[in-house]
Amino acid sequence: MMQVPCIHCGLRDESEFTYAGTAHLARPPLDQSDEVWGEYLFFRDNPKGMHLERWRHTQGCGRWFNLIRNTVTHEISSVYAVSDPPP
Amino acid sequence: MRYSAWSLLRGALSGQRHWPAAWRDASPKSSYDVIIVGGGGHGLAAAYYLAKNHGVTKVAVIERGWIGGGNTGRNTTIVRSNYLYPESARLYDFSLQLYEGLSQALNFNIMLSQRGLVLLAHSRHDLDAMSRWANAMRMNGIAAELLTREQVGELAPALDLSPQARLPVLGGFTQRRAGTARHDAVAWGYARAASALGVDIIQSCEVVDFLKENGRVVGVNTNRGRVRAERVGIAAAGHSSVLAKLAGFRLPVTSYALQAMVSEPIKPVLDTVILSPGTGAYVSQSDKGEIVMGAMLDLFPSYAQRGSFAVKQAILAATLALFPSFSRLSLMRQWAGIVDVVHDSSPIIGPTPLPNLYINCGWGTGGFKAIPVGGWTLAHVLATGRNHALAEPFQLDRFITGRLIDEAAASGIAH
Repeated sequence: MMQVPCIHCGLRDESEFTYAGTAHLARPPLDQSDEVWGEYLFFRDNPKGMHLERWRHTQGCGRWFNLIRNTVTHEISSVYAVSDPPP
Repeated sequence: MRYSAWSLLRGALSGQRHWPAAWRDASPKSSYDVIIVGGGGHGLAAAYYLAKNHGVTKVAVIERGWIGGGNTGRNTTIVRSNYLYPESARLYDFSLQLYEGLSQALNFNIMLSQRGLVLLAHSRHDLDAMSRWANAMRMNGIAAELLTREQVGELAPALDLSPQARLPVLGGFTQRRAGTARHDAVAWGYARAASALGVDIIQSCEVVDFLKENGRVVGVNTNRGRVRAERVGIAAAGHSSVLAKLAGFRLPVTSYALQAMVSEPIKPVLDTVILSPGTGAYVSQSDKGEIVMGAMLDLFPSYAQRGSFAVKQAILAATLALFPSFSRLSLMRQWAGIVDVVHDSSPIIGPTPLPNLYINCGWGTGGFKAIPVGGWTLAHVLATGRNHALAEPFQLDRFITGRLIDEAAASGIAH
């Protein structure tokens, strides 16, 4: 089974985690246009390769964290706090 | 050559050595009227309908690998039209109608087997939801029948129907026109029919960029040279975002791996398709005797055509909860396709932000059943520049206007 490195608990089985979407999406101000909100809500880079994403150790410590994962090899190259900027 | 009992008989005299290749493996020419990027079912069907319905025969299908080698060869081969909203019902039922006549239309046996689809209700709430669902289908003119537990048992006696079952079956509903089709035959049949009408099918040819002049798309740059065209269509499923990035825009798509697997072949035990929306388990028996199993997505983005063990385990656990007698079977093959999931689980068929570039994507976990209509509607917009009426509600701008067609929630299909 794939192992995901929790920022708090270290390597654990994939089944303990929830993937929670692309990281670093900035919520636009409320007065922005439908186009801006549509982009924010639905449109994604969906890269083939490195992806900065948010995970949660749902069945463990419950911590949210970010990681960089390759969407082709599933290799995880970096784990960092949700409040940190992209490394 | 037309396939018929006569041509088979005639071949018997010559040792069946008279069969020509089913389609021409073409090399790219310098220009076409229309280029379709992606030689899966949708792309090949679009090429066929461009030639057949619209008389546009200077068409190239450009495929990075080999035709039908992507999701067309990596699904559970189920066809059905049990959707909730009128827009979806019209679209998917037209697809099923085309499937019903496809072997004749293509002169290629796609082995359509309308063995029916049975959806299982495991709770009172499931029963209520399925009544609503079946009634919605009937309102849209698509036959559906509610089933009692006994009726489910008659259709699928191998199910664990005992009261102490892990997932008790309280009833369900069926669409009897649903069933299975031979997935490779759909790709080969469309390829053969398109090729016979003059379409170039170009394999091992990867699009590396789009040619643009004055902001309009005028062709593609491939690893086998530049090819110009009046219009270009994309039918690349899980790789739609990769192509959109080359063209310079984004899509509301996330690519996930959807896996499925087959057991070793056994004698006939299941002659319908079973879907348990509660667990996502999707079980049928192939004509070769294998038990075909699929279920939920690997819920993190992926371009790897393999599934994770965690999800594989969940799919098998769900299948065995329904069919405990399958527990001794060995797994024979496992695969995953990269599916293009959008927020409302409905497709996108129409223009892109770039003039002359059109797209067919967003089918997510349900692309195989939609091959005929996906091809039909993409061909229409490529030939005429106007959306087909069936495709009108399924435009990219719905993600800006908010007019989503949320089949993810509506039809209760595991996404």
